[in-house]
Amino acid sequence: MSQLDPSSSAPVEDSPATAQAPPPVPVAATTAAKTEGVSVLREIVAGSGLVSLLAVVAALVLGGLLIASTDRQVGRTLGYFLARPTDFFQALWTAGTSSYVALFQGAVFNPRQGFAPLLETLTVATPLICAGLGVALAFRAGLFNIGAQGQIIIGGTLAAYAGFAWHLPFGLHLLLVLVLGIVGGALWGGLVGYLKARTGAHEVILTIMFNYVALYLVDFLLNTSAFQRPGETNPISPRLDETAVFPSLTGSRLHLGFVVAIALTVAVWWILSRSTVGFEFRAVGANPSAARTAGVDVGRSTILVMALAGALAGAAGVAQVAGTEKVLTTGVAASYGFDAITVALLGRSSPWGTFAAGLLFGAFRAGAVQMQIQTGTPIDIVLVVQSLIVLFIAAPPLIRSLFGFGRRAKRRGPRARHAQGTTAGGAA
Amino acid sequence: MSATAAPAVSAPAISPGAPVGWKVPATLSVLAVVALVVFGFLGSAQTAEFGISASGDAFALPALRVPGMATSIVLGVLMAGLAAWSVWLKLQGRRTPGWAGPVFAVMFVFSFLVWVVASARTPSISLAGLIAGAVTLAVPLVFGSLSGVLCERSGVVNIAIEGQLLGGAFTAAIVASVTRSPALGLVAAAVAGALVSMVLAVFSIRYLVNQIIVGVVLNVLVSGLTGFLFTTVMQEDPELFNSPGRLPILEIPVLSAIPILGPILFKQSVVGYLMYIAVAVVWLGLFKTRWGLRLRAVGEHPKAADTLGIRVNATRFWNVTLGGAIAGIGGSFFTLVAIDSFTKEISGGRGFIALAALIFGRWNPIGAFFAALLFGFADNLQAILTIIGTPVPSQFMAMMPYLVTVFAVAGLVGRSRPPAAEGIPYVKG
Repeated sequence: MSQLDPSSSAPVEDSPATAQAPPPVPVAATTAAKTEGVSVLREIVAGSGLVSLLAVVAALVLGGLLIASTDRQVGRTLGYFLARPTDFFQALWTAGTSSYVALFQGAVFNPRQGFAPLLETLTVATPLICAGLGVALAFRAGLFNIGAQGQIIIGGTLAAYAGFAWHLPFGLHLLLVLVLGIVGGALWGGLVGYLKARTGAHEVILTIMFNYVALYLVDFLLNTSAFQRPGETNPISPRLDETAVFPSLTGSRLHLGFVVAIALTVAVWWILSRSTVGFEFRAVGANPSAARTAGVDVGRSTILVMALAGALAGAAGVAQVAGTEKVLTTGVAASYGFDAITVALLGRSSPWGTFAAGLLFGAFRAGAVQMQIQTGTPIDIVLVVQSLIVLFIAAPPLIRSLFGFGRRAKRRGPRARHAQGTTAGGAA
Repeated sequence: MSATAAPAVSAPAISPGAPVGWKVPATLSVLAVVALVVFGFLGSAQTAEFGISASGDAFALPALRVPGMATSIVLGVLMAGLAAWSVWLKLQGRRTPGWAGPVFAVMFVFSFLVWVVASARTPSISLAGLIAGAVTLAVPLVFGSLSGVLCERSGVVNIAIEGQLLGGAFTAAIVASVTRSPALGLVAAAVAGALVSMVLAVFSIRYLVNQIIVGVVLNVLVSGLTGFLFTTVMQEDPELFNSPGRLPILEIPVLSAIPILGPILFKQSVVGYLMYIAVAVVWLGLFKTRWGLRLRAVGEHPKAADTLGIRVNATRFWNVTLGGAIAGIGGSFFTLVAIDSFTKEISGGRGFIALAALIFGRWNPIGAFFAALLFGFADNLQAILTIIGTPVPSQFMAMMPYLVTVFAVAGLVGRSRPPAAEGIPYVKG
């Protein structure tokens, strides 16, 4: 990689230095970790939109095959496959597609409700977009924010507390809830940024650990008298005041939080492409050493970007407690924090890409509920499809060879072929 | 918290030429004050009772009964003395010797135990049960962290431990159920773990995809796949697909009757014995054989290793695969030893605790083993404390492994340094 990819030669040279220097210099560690993010950025940005599309198609096909493989009718027709192969293929097609049709009907449109399911998709997409933006922003600065889960929890907790414990007039109350949620997420994310900047600890490890700390913290709080709903033994908070929740749009579950998500997408776009700090973030993400030489305070940038990423995830927490759920439970973050990573990856870390990916995954989640009711296909299939999409997108050579247009990819060709040769050598 | 002191002692070994820092003396001082004030002066004066003998023991030992407050004050003063000595050494420009950390940690843990037990509603716990339970809970953590050691020492970040454990647990359950043989289930678990690992290896080594991304995504993939198959296959016919039966507990006569040590060393399932063997084999292999030297070489400086004729990517590929197999065996613990059926997400985030144990154990098999034991101890203690009713909220006990790991990676208690080339794909050039 060092030859083909000039900017990523830094870790190779940095690492031995880290190993020899007696007190490992935090700066060097930071640099190594940062540059590691660069290759990701490259993976994410280099691929074309076509690859994304094909990745989605390939993942859907594989998911369909998985659904079909556990289908009874498919198994039965396989029994007399040689006698009437058409039966088998028909059953395969029916099993695979009926689930997806149900998914589509639950997510976008069905004859009975018209486009009402689309509103549910937007509702589910709201926290995915917010948290996904947080992960994407950190990616652009070369940081892996695996901690959206914890940031959603802490943001949601502070927001919920303001929502049910304080009683304020309409407008002010909601604003305060929103601000507190964002501040909570920002603190939780910023703490990771601070520890990374000061000690060189890897943000992946820190964020994973902080996710669990946040989860146990909210579990503890929900068992204290300050947070627990009176007369309740389960860890659940009182309902948020009517003045503290996002007003519903169009009378459905869709709420004003979606508009906030759009505004945040614009804000992140502005930060990344129009502001000085955004330029610094991208500079640090592209090459921390060069950014430092050019006068960027890399540590400050790390703290700031993690705080902003946390703030965005905190907004996702607000969307949950003040929008969809209206109460605080230990499951406030569901798996949004982890899904946000796949959303950001699918969106190639661009604000609008993340927005679109959030909509797609929101549709998957919303539709999967309907799919499970109609066809009995478990919701878990969405996790499979989601992760396959990201795996395919992250490995463009794989998707290119799957669809047979590998020759066109000249830049990546030699690298992939070479690596392939070594692995095959090992296998022999 | 007690454990935070432990790694401080090996800090000198890592950075021999560094000036003596304030970290160790400061950490010890703070902890000593906490122990003296909270556990001692603010503690309960009740007598704490620790049962030492279990029912199957060869000879019965009397239970250890200590006065709560007095014991904690004595221990607190001893710890304060140790801390003061450490500060004095620092002022002389000398290092706190290596034994001080573990000694301090043991005193701190004991002081903590005396404090919580004495202030509980029922001030009595079985020490034997506490330790035996801790070892049992640590089994999957140890296997998981050994997988991490092999992967990360060879230069591939393994965030997918959770997925490997879960894949192993699922496959063990389904294969053992269908074949009616838990032993075959165990083998299948290893194969499943290896397969998950191979995906990690192929994507990170062949396609040069960022290893953290692959790891995170693999966890989701395995979780979705096992959840899907659990609902569509296992729940359709639990008799046929989800009743694996348990691996028997093999008791070694005589030796298993030794108080405390007997049950943890000589009264285990096959998976439990395999754990001890795996730790020993991985440690010996890693530090005393050519295989281990090569493995560490490609993880620290792949270019140099390549120059000497070591096939870097092949070495990485096979060691990552081997690591997956080990984690898979650890996963079988959930469905063949702990409970005799599979449920969704049965590994419950233990893969991440294993990751924490690996880091806290400084990428060393033995360190990871003791870190996993400590986390298992915290887990078990939390369960027991909830039963006897103590003032410490169980959530804070549950948080401990994660907080300890944050302290460890942030270098507050001595730095844990990962292998130098970890996470960086190697392309010959």
